[in-house]
Amino acid sequence: MTEMVYGTIPTKVEDPILPRWWRTIDKWSMSCILILFGIGLLLGLASSPPLAARNGLDPFYYVTRQAFFGGLAMVAMLLTSMMTPVMVRRLAVVGFVLSFAALAMLPVLGTDFGKGAIRWYSLGFASFQPSEFLKPGFIVVAAWFMAASFEVGGPPGKAYSFGLTVIIVIILALQPDFGQACLILFAWGVMYFVAGAPMTLLTVVAALVVSAGTFAYSHSEHFARRIDGFMSAEVDPRTQIGYATDAIREGGFFGVGVGEGQVKWSLPDAHTDFIIAVAAEEYGLILVLAIIALYATIVVRSLTRLMKERDPFIRLAGCGLACAFGVQAMINMGVAVRLLPAKGMTLPFVSYGGSSIIAGGIAVGMLLAFTRSRPQGEIGDILLRRGR
Amino acid sequence: MIRTPLRPLARILRARANGENPDAIEKENRLLRAEAIRDRARDRAESRLFTLGLMFFCAFVAVGLRMGVVAGSVPEEPRAAVEGSPIIGQRADIIDRNGRLLATNFDTNALYAQPQQMVDPAGAAHKLAAIFPELDEDRLVRDFSGERKFVWVRRTLSAEQMQAVHDIGDPGLLFGPREMRLYPNGPVASHILGGASYGREGVDSAEVIGVAGVEKQFDQYLRDPANEGAPLQLSIDLTVQAAVEQVLAGGMTLMNAKGAAAVLMDVHTGEIISMVSLPDFDPNNRPRALLTGDQSDSPLFNRAVQGVYELGSTFKVFAVAQAMELGLINPNTMIDTRGPLVWGRFRINDFHDYGAQLSTTDVIVESSNIGAARIAMMIGTERQQSFLKSLGLFDATPVEMVEAPTGRPQLPRNWSDLSTMTVSYGHGIADSPLHLATAYASVLNGGTRVTPTLLRRDHLAEGERIVTPAVSAAVRDMIRQVVTRGTASFGDVPGYEVGGKTGTADKPKPNGGYYGDKVIATFASVFPASNPKYVLIVTLDEPSETSGPQPRRTAGWTAVPVAAEMIRRIGPLLGLRPQVDPAQLAGVSLTSN
Repeated sequence: MTEMVYGTIPTKVEDPILPRWWRTIDKWSMSCILILFGIGLLLGLASSPPLAARNGLDPFYYVTRQAFFGGLAMVAMLLTSMMTPVMVRRLAVVGFVLSFAALAMLPVLGTDFGKGAIRWYSLGFASFQPSEFLKPGFIVVAAWFMAASFEVGGPPGKAYSFGLTVIIVIILALQPDFGQACLILFAWGVMYFVAGAPMTLLTVVAALVVSAGTFAYSHSEHFARRIDGFMSAEVDPRTQIGYATDAIREGGFFGVGVGEGQVKWSLPDAHTDFIIAVAAEEYGLILVLAIIALYATIVVRSLTRLMKERDPFIRLAGCGLACAFGVQAMINMGVAVRLLPAKGMTLPFVSYGGSSIIAGGIAVGMLLAFTRSRPQGEIGDILLRRGR
Repeated sequence: MIRTPLRPLARILRARANGENPDAIEKENRLLRAEAIRDRARDRAESRLFTLGLMFFCAFVAVGLRMGVVAGSVPEEPRAAVEGSPIIGQRADIIDRNGRLLATNFDTNALYAQPQQMVDPAGAAHKLAAIFPELDEDRLVRDFSGERKFVWVRRTLSAEQMQAVHDIGDPGLLFGPREMRLYPNGPVASHILGGASYGREGVDSAEVIGVAGVEKQFDQYLRDPANEGAPLQLSIDLTVQAAVEQVLAGGMTLMNAKGAAAVLMDVHTGEIISMVSLPDFDPNNRPRALLTGDQSDSPLFNRAVQGVYELGSTFKVFAVAQAMELGLINPNTMIDTRGPLVWGRFRINDFHDYGAQLSTTDVIVESSNIGAARIAMMIGTERQQSFLKSLGLFDATPVEMVEAPTGRPQLPRNWSDLSTMTVSYGHGIADSPLHLATAYASVLNGGTRVTPTLLRRDHLAEGERIVTPAVSAAVRDMIRQVVTRGTASFGDVPGYEVGGKTGTADKPKPNGGYYGDKVIATFASVFPASNPKYVLIVTLDEPSETSGPQPRRTAGWTAVPVAAEMIRRIGPLLGLRPQVDPAQLAGVSLTSN
């Protein structure tokens, strides 16, 4: 009777969350991420004992920490990937606002850990780098702005997002943290490109970059020397790059053997920026190629899945997240083999990273949430055949 | 571009006519347009995402390929920092004209200490002092226990010494590999080679730099990696050099001389085949330069190049040659030799009184100072000066040794007519034996100028003409007669047709005047006289031949026998064929018993 009067209780027509998640998630990418995390732990066993010894800690102190934070990161990733895009957007906006505030407060409350740049909050048991959490939040917010400009009568979201980018880049550059600033700028550039940057603009920017580079090379001795030094086949074996190159050579194709590597004793950043050199030395080219293949799979698969995506917001946000993730890995490895000039950048999920691995987990979780397969209105296309 | 109107008039009118709301048409059209835009954006995004994916894939492949290339290359050992340019330890060999080794390198090790790594500094110092007696134990202890982080202990080690240091077993004693310069022939050609020592020293290698002689002169060449270790070939002939040194050393002892020099030069090319200065030294263990006293007493002093002496009557040859070249005299012209020749308050005397007149030839053969002075007066000061200058007797020799510029001739300060006369018989002008060799070669080789060189010359470049070949031949004939019937009769070596001119000059006192009992005895010779090949100068410093009742100091008794013995020894080494008169056949008597 009640039902006749008030109507039936609305029942969920959807599947339960977990089965639907399992059915729609990009299992390949997720597997790759989990494998990368496992490799990171394995390499942590090799690369971090020297650091622990230097700091007077238990040999596997850093491995334990990595396992703990990595576990948290995996949980964060899984939880985030179960959210709907709208939920992800809300989470990202909240996270963005919070981390932006934290970033702005850094000069007052932050610490530099004696490294010269104030980038961290010290929480006693761990440190917290707001820019790591800002990155995924920013990408999603910028994608939201851009997608809004696609709406009929929507705001000029591309301009807004650009303004936001400029502000964040300036703040990061003042820290100074040029690595993160470049990543933010790159992510925005990629999203703007996919959102339909005019061809004329792209051509002009490319021409400007080429001519500025040529001008700088021919007119600035310092710049020319940097480039020449980078281009020359000779590598000074006493620099970090030199040690890394040597480690890769030493490892050859199959490595010198587990725990036999030497580079971790001489490189201060062996557990972060140059972990790929440790991998190459102990496990050889085999493992390095496997790692590269894993990153390539994640990025290329994500981008391929996003190609079919109809929702501009999901498309842009997913694209930005995937590209930021991929380019960070690529720069890290490119530096180690001298394809790129030296720039401190960690290898996502593989490098030792404390709390930043949680940020990475959230970012990848968002990416997985965006790349879940969902109905793209193909039936509507077929039935209506409108607009084309 | 064709714009689709949002409110197409035909449809609006039709809708109005049918009583429908025309706004619905606009709304529908707006929706369609938005959808079209969205579809276009999607297509574009799709292609751009594809581009991105492709770029990422290519970039990852590039990183992977690069990893493979690096992993496939050969690792290099990281080395400790070396400040500045890398030390190039290599140094080319020096060989003689026949390719025999004069200087080469030898692997050795330097010994250095890093005191902060030492286990027992005092014990190590004690044991080191036992191995190397020249090291001071107290000083080592001070060095090893002080603030110093790095101490050089020894520059070179023999294999046995190295093993002994190894056996000390202290981890703070370390060996630095390097090369050392080795002169396998010891003191032979020591003045020419000079010597080498270490320049910049590192623990991996050390620079070997030349300190004297050709080692210093050609330092850049020898160390230049661009030469790829090509050896430096000298004009010296090692065997001849050794023979000359041996004979000269014996002669110096016999004649009680305090020093001696000899120069053997190829008469046509100016190549120095042998050049000796005694006393000499071992370049492997080069002595220190004298800190006080006369540097010319040091064994390092090269008498042949640096030592300038009044060379006496050997200069008469130049006056006669020039006068004949000018057509003033011929070999048979009679020269007035009545003595003494008085010029102002100065008197020129001869060793003997040679009578009123001598032929030009006899002026040379008998060595008449008065005759030479008269010939010089015929020539005149200016012409004499320009002739001697053209022979290179006024400037330091251009030979390739760093010491050469210090062998600067001493000339009369005011060149008066008297100077012209004394210079004609070799007084008042001081030149080195090498100057004399060069000038003799230039006059006697047919009359073309040669420049002295220590480098092997394969191509003969004709020099500027000094005298005509006829004059050159006439002078050779005269000095041949000096040997056959004149002052150098001890100099005749059968078969080698030696010609030469003696010269005995009193040594000047350091503060004016001349010693009565100290001379420089010189014999300047050429052989074979009829077809000249070599010029040999032998100079003895303060010789005295004491076999007779009176000590004899003239060159004919001192320098000439030494030179003769030298020629006897080196003639076969130089490949000269002795011109031996066919021996008289013994009379054969045929008898039949």
